[in-house]
Amino acid sequence: MSTTDRDLAQVEGDPIADPGLPAHLPRATDVDEAASRRAERQVAMLFGLSSVFTVLFIVAYFAFGVGDDLDTFLGFGASNLFLGLTLGMALLLIGVGTIHWARKLMADHEIVEYRHAAASTPEDREETVGILQTGLEESQIGRRPLIRNSLLGAVGLLVAPAGVLLWDLGPTPGNKLNTTVWREGMRVVQDISGTPIRPEDMEVGQLVNGEPEIFFNDVGDEEQIEGHELLVEKAKAAVVIVRMDPADVTPWPGREDWGVDGILCYSKICTHVGCPISLWEQTTHDLLCPCHQSTFDLADNGKVVFGPAARHLPQLPLAVDDEGYLIARSDFTEAVGPSFWERDNDEPGPE
Amino acid sequence: MSAETSSAGVAPSNGRSAAKAGKPSRVGAAATWADDRLGLAGVAKKNLRKVFPDHWSFMLGEIALWSFVVLLLSGVFLTFWYRPSMAEVIYEGSYSPLRGLHMSEAMASTIHISFDVRGGLLMRQVHHWAAMVFVASMMVHLLRVYFTGAFRKPRELNWVIGCLLLLLGTLEGFTGYSLPDDLLSGTGIRAADGFMKSIPIVGTYASFLLFGGEFPGDSIIPRLYTVHVLLIPGILVALIAAHMLLLVYHKHTQWPGPGRTEQNVVGYPMLPVYAAKAGGFFFVVFGVLTLMGGLIGINPVWRYGPYNPAEVTAGSQPDWYMGWPDGLLRLMPGWETHVFGTTWSWNVFFPIIVMPGLMFTILLMLPFIESWITGDKRDHHLLQRPRNAPTRTAVMVALMTFYGLSWAAGGNDIIAIRMGLSINQITYFLRGAVFIGPIIAFIITRRWCLSLQRADNERLLHGYESGVIMRDPQGGYSEKHLPLPEAKAYTLTARDRDLVLSAPTGSDGNGVASPTARKDRLRARLSRLWMADNIQKPTRAELEEARHHAEHEHAHEAALSGHPADGHQFDGRDEATGHGHQLSGH
Repeated sequence: MSTTDRDLAQVEGDPIADPGLPAHLPRATDVDEAASRRAERQVAMLFGLSSVFTVLFIVAYFAFGVGDDLDTFLGFGASNLFLGLTLGMALLLIGVGTIHWARKLMADHEIVEYRHAAASTPEDREETVGILQTGLEESQIGRRPLIRNSLLGAVGLLVAPAGVLLWDLGPTPGNKLNTTVWREGMRVVQDISGTPIRPEDMEVGQLVNGEPEIFFNDVGDEEQIEGHELLVEKAKAAVVIVRMDPADVTPWPGREDWGVDGILCYSKICTHVGCPISLWEQTTHDLLCPCHQSTFDLADNGKVVFGPAARHLPQLPLAVDDEGYLIARSDFTEAVGPSFWERDNDEPGPE
Repeated sequence: MSAETSSAGVAPSNGRSAAKAGKPSRVGAAATWADDRLGLAGVAKKNLRKVFPDHWSFMLGEIALWSFVVLLLSGVFLTFWYRPSMAEVIYEGSYSPLRGLHMSEAMASTIHISFDVRGGLLMRQVHHWAAMVFVASMMVHLLRVYFTGAFRKPRELNWVIGCLLLLLGTLEGFTGYSLPDDLLSGTGIRAADGFMKSIPIVGTYASFLLFGGEFPGDSIIPRLYTVHVLLIPGILVALIAAHMLLLVYHKHTQWPGPGRTEQNVVGYPMLPVYAAKAGGFFFVVFGVLTLMGGLIGINPVWRYGPYNPAEVTAGSQPDWYMGWPDGLLRLMPGWETHVFGTTWSWNVFFPIIVMPGLMFTILLMLPFIESWITGDKRDHHLLQRPRNAPTRTAVMVALMTFYGLSWAAGGNDIIAIRMGLSINQITYFLRGAVFIGPIIAFIITRRWCLSLQRADNERLLHGYESGVIMRDPQGGYSEKHLPLPEAKAYTLTARDRDLVLSAPTGSDGNGVASPTARKDRLRARLSRLWMADNIQKPTRAELEEARHHAEHEHAHEAALSGHPADGHQFDGRDEATGHGHQLSGH
C-alpha cells in the first residue's frame, strides 16, 4: 500500500517530448521605431488625461455644493457623481497607462527560474532537531515533571482571569427575558401616535401595531420609558392588535376570554429570531415575518402554519377599562421573542 | 530563449547588459545609503527579478488584495467622521425627511457623512463596493485555486490561510454593514441576537455579554466598531502578509506547456514588468471601485431610517455573502426540543451556527482529504485543468450547487414576488433541492469531465476537426482530421497518470494482520472511486499507431484520387507544417 508499491518509474513519462520554450517573437514596438513612439505617446496621453481628471476632481470638489445647498445633475447629487467620475477616471487611466507601457514597451522576454523544494536540506533538519533536543535537555523539562506540570497548570489557569475579565461586558440574564412592561391595566396604544384604542374603532379584518402606554406617558407612579430602555422594552413589548370575526377564532382552553369582541393581541416579535412581524393577510388570518417567512395563524392562537419558527406567537390577554379603552389583563404568560436555552417550556395550550 | 543554459537557482537576466551598477547614479547612491543600514542587497538581488507566470486567472487574488487596500484607505477616511456611539440624538442635519427623528449618534454621523461631507458618500459607497468585491474575488480566487489543483503540496497551508481570510473577510463585512445602526442593519443584529440565543447552554449569556445586557442595549455598536476597525483588520493584515510570503517562497504555480515544467517557473520578472502590471492593476481596481462608488448607489441608509425594534421592511436581506446561511435558516423546519425546562432550538442553531462551521471545516480540509485518498505526497507546481481531476471538480461543483441553492433560498421572498410564485412551494422545493441538487451536479460534472478527457484523447490520437468535408469515390462524406500542432499536443499530454491505490492484503508475509488494514481498505476503495474512471493520456505506442494509421489513410486517399485535399490548401500551412510529403499527388 501507499506510494512505495506504486512504482512511478514503471509508468511511461511524457508520450510526447517537451519541445521546449517557443522562440521569442518580437512585437511591433520592438522592431518598428514608429510603433514604439506611438505606444510612448499613447502611454503619455493616458497619464496626461489622468492629470486632467485630477484637476477636474479638485474643481468638482469646490464647485458643487452638498448638504443644505445641494446641487443636482440629472437627478443625482452632482458632487458625488463628479467626484466619483473624475477620481475614478484619474486612477483608472494611471492603471491603464502603466499596463499599456508594460505590455508594449518594457522588455517582454520571458525568463526561467528554477524551483527548489520547500523543505530544508536533511542536514539542516537534523541539526535543527538536534538543537531543539539539546535545548529541551538543558532545560531539564523532561526530567523534572513537577516543574513541567505545575507550569502547565499555572498557564492553563490563566484562561480563568481572561474569562472573568469579560464577565462585566454585560449583566447576567436573570429573569429579564421572561418579563415585559405589560401588566394588568396597561393600556394598549397605537404605536406611532400613542393614542389608546377603543374596540369600536376597529373594523373586522383590521390590524393595528400597538405598544404599552408607558412608552408615551407616565402611567400611575411609573415614569414614561425613554432612551435605551425604550428600545430594550420595545424589542419585547411590541404587539399587534387584530380584529377578526369571533366565529373564526378558535381559542385554546383557558384563552376564551383573552379577546374583546374578536379583538386579539399578539406579540409582534417573531419566535424564530426576533424580527418584528408585520405582513398581515386578512383573508387567511395569517401574519408573515418578512425576515424568514415564518407564518402564524392569528385565528388559531398564533400557531405556526409555515416557516422555520417552532413556537406560536405569545398572546396578550385583553380587557376593556372603565373609559372603554383596550387594556392588558396581565403580562405575557410566556417569554416573547426568540427561543433561548433557559426558556421555560410550559405550553399554555395544545400544540 | 534557452532556459537550460542558466545556472540553477539564479534567474538569468533578460537584458542585453549585465545587471551591474555602472557609473555612479542617483539610484545607486540611494541603494548604497539604504544597504549600509539595512543590508538588504543580498535578499533584493534574488527577489527583484523574481519570475511570475502570466495567466488571467492569477489576477483574481490580486483583485482581492487591491480591494483590501482600497478598504483600508476609504475606511480610514470614514473613521474621521463616523461616531461609534449609540447615544440618542435628535437629527437636525440637512436631510429633511429624517429631521427631528430620534436616532443613535452612529446613524446621525453616517447620514452626516452621506450628505454634508464632500466625497463622504463617495467614500462610503466605495468602501461598501470594495467590501463586496473583496469577498467575491476571494471566493472566485478560491475556486480557481481549487479547480486547478493549486492547493496541493507544498501549498496546503496557504490554502488554510486563504480560507481563514475568507471567513474573517465575511465577519468583517457583517460587522461593517452593522455600524450605521439603520433599520436594515439593526434587523440583522436583531437576528444575530436570536442566533446567539439558540446556542445551547451558553447562548443567552453570550448574547447578554455581547450586547451589554438585553438587546439592543447601548454597547453593541461601539463593540462592533472595535472589532471592525482594529481586531479583524489587524488579523487580516497579518494573514495577508503570510499568504503573500508563502506565495513568494513557494513561487507561483504555472500551467504546463512547452518548456514549462515542475522544475521551473517561466514568466516575466518582478522588475519591471510584473511590478508595472500589478501596480497598474491596483490603480485599475481602485479606479473601477471609485467609478462604482460615484455611479452606483449602495446601502442608502437614509431611506431605511434609524433602527426601531418594532419595525422592519419587507424584503429585508443581509449582504449577499451572508445570504446562504440565511437561506438555510428559511428552509429549516421548525424543530425545537424541550428537555428538563430547557429549550434546544435546532431550527436556528443548526442552519446558522452548525452549518457555516461545518462548511468551513470541509473547505479547510479539502486538500488534506484529497491527498489522503490519492496517496499523493509529491510536490506539485504545474496546474491541472479541471477536467483532469473529474472527482475533485465534481466535489466543488456539488458544494457550489449547495451554496447556490441555499443562497437562492435566502431570496425566496424576492423570487416569489418577482416571478409570481408561491413562497411555500419555492421553500418546499428548495428543501429537497439542497439535498438532491448537489448529487445531480456531482454526477453530471464528473461525467462531463470524463467526456472532455475523452475528447482530448480523441484529438491527440485522431487530430482536430479541420472543417474540410471529403467526398470519396463512392459518394460518402467524411470530415478531414488534421494532427494537432506539436506544442498543443505536448501541452495536452503534460499531466500525470492517475495511480489508483492497490487493495492491501490485510496481513504481512507472516500472516500478521496489519493494524491499519481496515483504514487501508477504505482508502483503497475511496481511491478507486476518486480516480479509477479517469481517462488516462495515450501512451507513446498508441500515439504512434494512430499516426501510422492516419498516414496510411492519407496514402490510401492519395492513391485513389491522385489529388487529396487535407485542408492546408486553404490555410497556407501545407509547406510550413511538414505535411508536404503527403501532397505527392501535386
